[in-house]
Amino acid sequence: MSSRSGLAAILTLVFATALALGVAAPRAFAFYADHQLANPQQEARAERIMQGLRCPVCQDESIAESNADLAGDMRELVRKMVAAGDSDAQIRAYIVARYGQWILLKPRFELSTYALWLAPVGFLVVALVGIGFYFRRLRAAAAEIASKPLTADEKRRLDRWQAQNPENT
Amino acid sequence: MRAAFYIPLAAFLGLAAALGIGLTMNMRLLPSALIGRSVPTFNLPPVPGVRPALSSANLKAGKVVLVNIFASWCVSCREEHPILMALAKSHVVPIYGIAYKDTPKATATYLANNGDPYQRIGEDETGRVGINWGVYGVPETYVVTKTGKIAYKVVGPISAAILTQKVLPLVRKLEAEP
Amino acid sequence: MIPEIGQFALVLAFVITLVQGTLPVIGAARNDAAWMAVARPAALMQLFFVAAAFLALTWSFVVSDFSVLTVAENSSIARPLLYKITGVWGNHEGSMMLWVLILAVYGGAVAIFGGHLPAALRARVLSVQAWIATGFLLFILVASNPFVRIFPAPLNGNGLNPLLQDPGLATHPPALYMGYVGFSMAFSFAIAALIEGRVDPAWARWVRPWVLVAWCFLTLGIALGSHWSYYVLGWGGWWFWDPVENASFMPWLAGTALLHSAIVVERREALKSWTILLAILTFSLSLIGTFLVRSGVLTSVHAFAVDPKQGTFILVLLVIAIGGSLGLYALRAPSLKLGGLFAPISREGSLVLNNLLLVTACGTILLGTLYPLLLASVTGQMVSVGPPYFDAVFVPIMVPLIALMAVGPMLAWKRGDLAGALARLKAAFAAAALIALVTWHYLTNGSWLSVLGMALAAWLIVGSLVELVERLRLFRGSLRQSWARARHLPRSVYGMVVAHAGLGVVVLGIAAALTWHSAVLRDMRPGQSAKVGPYEFTLRGVQEVPGPNYTARQGVFIVTKDGRYVTTMKPEVRHYSIPPMSVSRVALRPSLVADLYAAIGSPDGSGGYAVRLYRKPLISWIWLGALIMVLGGGLSLSDRRLRIGAPARKSAAYPAPSAIAKGA
Repeated sequence: MSSRSGLAAILTLVFATALALGVAAPRAFAFYADHQLANPQQEARAERIMQGLRCPVCQDESIAESNADLAGDMRELVRKMVAAGDSDAQIRAYIVARYGQWILLKPRFELSTYALWLAPVGFLVVALVGIGFYFRRLRAAAAEIASKPLTADEKRRLDRWQAQNPENT
Repeated sequence: MRAAFYIPLAAFLGLAAALGIGLTMNMRLLPSALIGRSVPTFNLPPVPGVRPALSSANLKAGKVVLVNIFASWCVSCREEHPILMALAKSHVVPIYGIAYKDTPKATATYLANNGDPYQRIGEDETGRVGINWGVYGVPETYVVTKTGKIAYKVVGPISAAILTQKVLPLVRKLEAEP
Repeated sequence: MIPEIGQFALVLAFVITLVQGTLPVIGAARNDAAWMAVARPAALMQLFFVAAAFLALTWSFVVSDFSVLTVAENSSIARPLLYKITGVWGNHEGSMMLWVLILAVYGGAVAIFGGHLPAALRARVLSVQAWIATGFLLFILVASNPFVRIFPAPLNGNGLNPLLQDPGLATHPPALYMGYVGFSMAFSFAIAALIEGRVDPAWARWVRPWVLVAWCFLTLGIALGSHWSYYVLGWGGWWFWDPVENASFMPWLAGTALLHSAIVVERREALKSWTILLAILTFSLSLIGTFLVRSGVLTSVHAFAVDPKQGTFILVLLVIAIGGSLGLYALRAPSLKLGGLFAPISREGSLVLNNLLLVTACGTILLGTLYPLLLASVTGQMVSVGPPYFDAVFVPIMVPLIALMAVGPMLAWKRGDLAGALARLKAAFAAAALIALVTWHYLTNGSWLSVLGMALAAWLIVGSLVELVERLRLFRGSLRQSWARARHLPRSVYGMVVAHAGLGVVVLGIAAALTWHSAVLRDMRPGQSAKVGPYEFTLRGVQEVPGPNYTARQGVFIVTKDGRYVTTMKPEVRHYSIPPMSVSRVALRPSLVADLYAAIGSPDGSGGYAVRLYRKPLISWIWLGALIMVLGGGLSLSDRRLRIGAPARKSAAYPAPSAIAKGA
């Protein structure tokens, strides 16, 4: 791990150490880190919110499926806020205010992400236009060929092929 | 029509340029969402018999301060500890500590063994105040202005270079402001 | 001594690629048979020396030679032999070695099985393969040499990330790389065709088996990787849209598109320049994937230690390889002739639509994966693009694609009859509607998406079978006639039906897992029970058990259903000392009906333990479906026309498209 960039190494170390010293991290406080809410509707809501929040420690998992301590604390926070009656938007806003837009795994639709959200439609439109051009060229080329009569050789090859491949004609 | 065949090449070169810029960046380093904003409101208990307690009111007392988030279980905190001790001795800027997800007993032992650079310490046993600060990798160090606004954040152990090149010049500049 | 031999073998392999990359391609240009003939022995020698180097590295791992830096950093003495061997590719340097080894294997395969290829094409293909090998061998020798020694040698190594100490990891990277790197064959054939200026049905028949081989391995590799994260990461998730997963999924999407467009080239000589572009793009995405994983520009659980210097090196390789090939494409592709005419509603039309959707999905995933990086490098803003985004954009693209998959094969070439095709799919409609109703009725925690998913799965599975029934004229003539048809039907048709149905099974598994899973997350003390769906999990006790290189805290659950014993499950948390890490090890009881899944966490300090218990109905169908898809690919591969020793170029195999256009 010696060649890993400095900060990543530190974070890995912090993360690994926190895991190794799992006893030292007083998770007894974070009851709702690994405990579902009694109300299934509320739990489902909490689950959905947690799946949309990125774990700041491991960074490639949502807090819903991260073993990092901080993710556990955030799960507890989300579950408690849900239980306390906060709306999804309020909970997200609370966490975004502390960790920034970065924490949202589903970026908001705004100036900086228009390109991201509109890209799939853009790709489709560009591709459809391309296919349109392709068909036009294809037709033009076919029309040009069709305007000429078959050569004797072509006729012979076509007949032979049709005789051999009755299914394809 | 021939020009269309250059589209893939152009798109790839754009992508390669972005990847090249990307190589120079550290995508793991998160900027604090709180820069320029007031410190979160909190009121933490002290570590009994060690230092007075810490609350957000202490950070709006007209002094530039450093807030260091640490823990006795955190290995890289030990790495930066001598630097904090040296800084405390120089009396340039007061350091306040938040003991993150720690117990008063463990904090007290840690400070007794390694020295205590802090003027005030808040004991954040549950880590809720840490979340309010946007903590994601202890240790973290914040520069707080006279009016209690967060001006700068260091994630990970503070090095002598970061201290002399970034933190201290900023502290002096903020001190000079009314 | 052995590592030095490995090092020397690598240098020799590098020198051989220089020869293999120049003489044959020049020989092909000058029509010099002797120079072209260099290609085959060179490819075999390259394979020999790369294999020797790889074996030398494996040897160093097996005997724990910690004077080799790579071994010291990634292995340790007290480790089962299997993980010493898989540890070879469980790190950056070793995984690059695996990469070039597989590249050399493919090159060697062309040398051995490519006897039927025209000499010039074979020479060019092997030269292009050698260019790729040159780049990567240079990278290994200069920037990530696995044989670097350290002095003094440490007494023990740093060990392997415990997450990687798993049988799944023994097979996942080799399968993935067989796929990734296998697309280099398509790339080499495409570049050779561009140099030659000729793409014809014979070319498509030669390139398709290689694409199929790579596709099968990549499908397998992705499935293995997904299953690995399912039972190793411990939260029951099986797909995370993680950058590394995306890096393997993008070439899969492009490769799938390539597989289908190559059919059009083969049968109708159309879409030639598009197929060439796809071949280049598919391998380019493999290369970009390698870059994303190796350079560390994107963060991921799967990423190994990374070094910006190595990232820069790979980026330069990327620019030369991809930029060069796309440049060549821009110069040469316009001169490729247009193919045969077809109506929008036709087999070709459906394959074009298939390509359109697959490439759109691929482009979207590429953009989503890189968007945080692009935005940060342009404006400095930090955003994340994760599963909720990919789910939101990927599903709407896949829905029409899956709907189309049942219809497309029913359409005739050139001009199809959509109404007729839909009429023949009555059974599929009925099955989809029925499943939708049943799903709706039993919907517990799913959404309308679950209903749609189940309906699509039924549509695709039944639709694929209908296709087979139609081809065999089952129920419409005597069984004897159908049997005769069944024996004469090309294997590739069976392959298609099986692969399409396999995807249907995957979709079924995904939809079911989303709809009916039950989860219990709570604290449990020994003696307590929890109800998960119809099952009752009782925590019998928690014990400490020693492992070969770890100690584990093991929970013992007795699982019953209606009071009857079902199974005993023993999830663990393993504490490793080298490196110091704790890893959760779930207990899994897979079955076709429902997986039971248990994980145990930390103690709560008062005698209880955090546990996670899941029941996931039909989830194993996801991987079962993927295996069925691989089987389908294998069936196609066994088709006489598509075997790796396919027939030589025959001009009369199909008439020129112009003749068809006029004859039609």
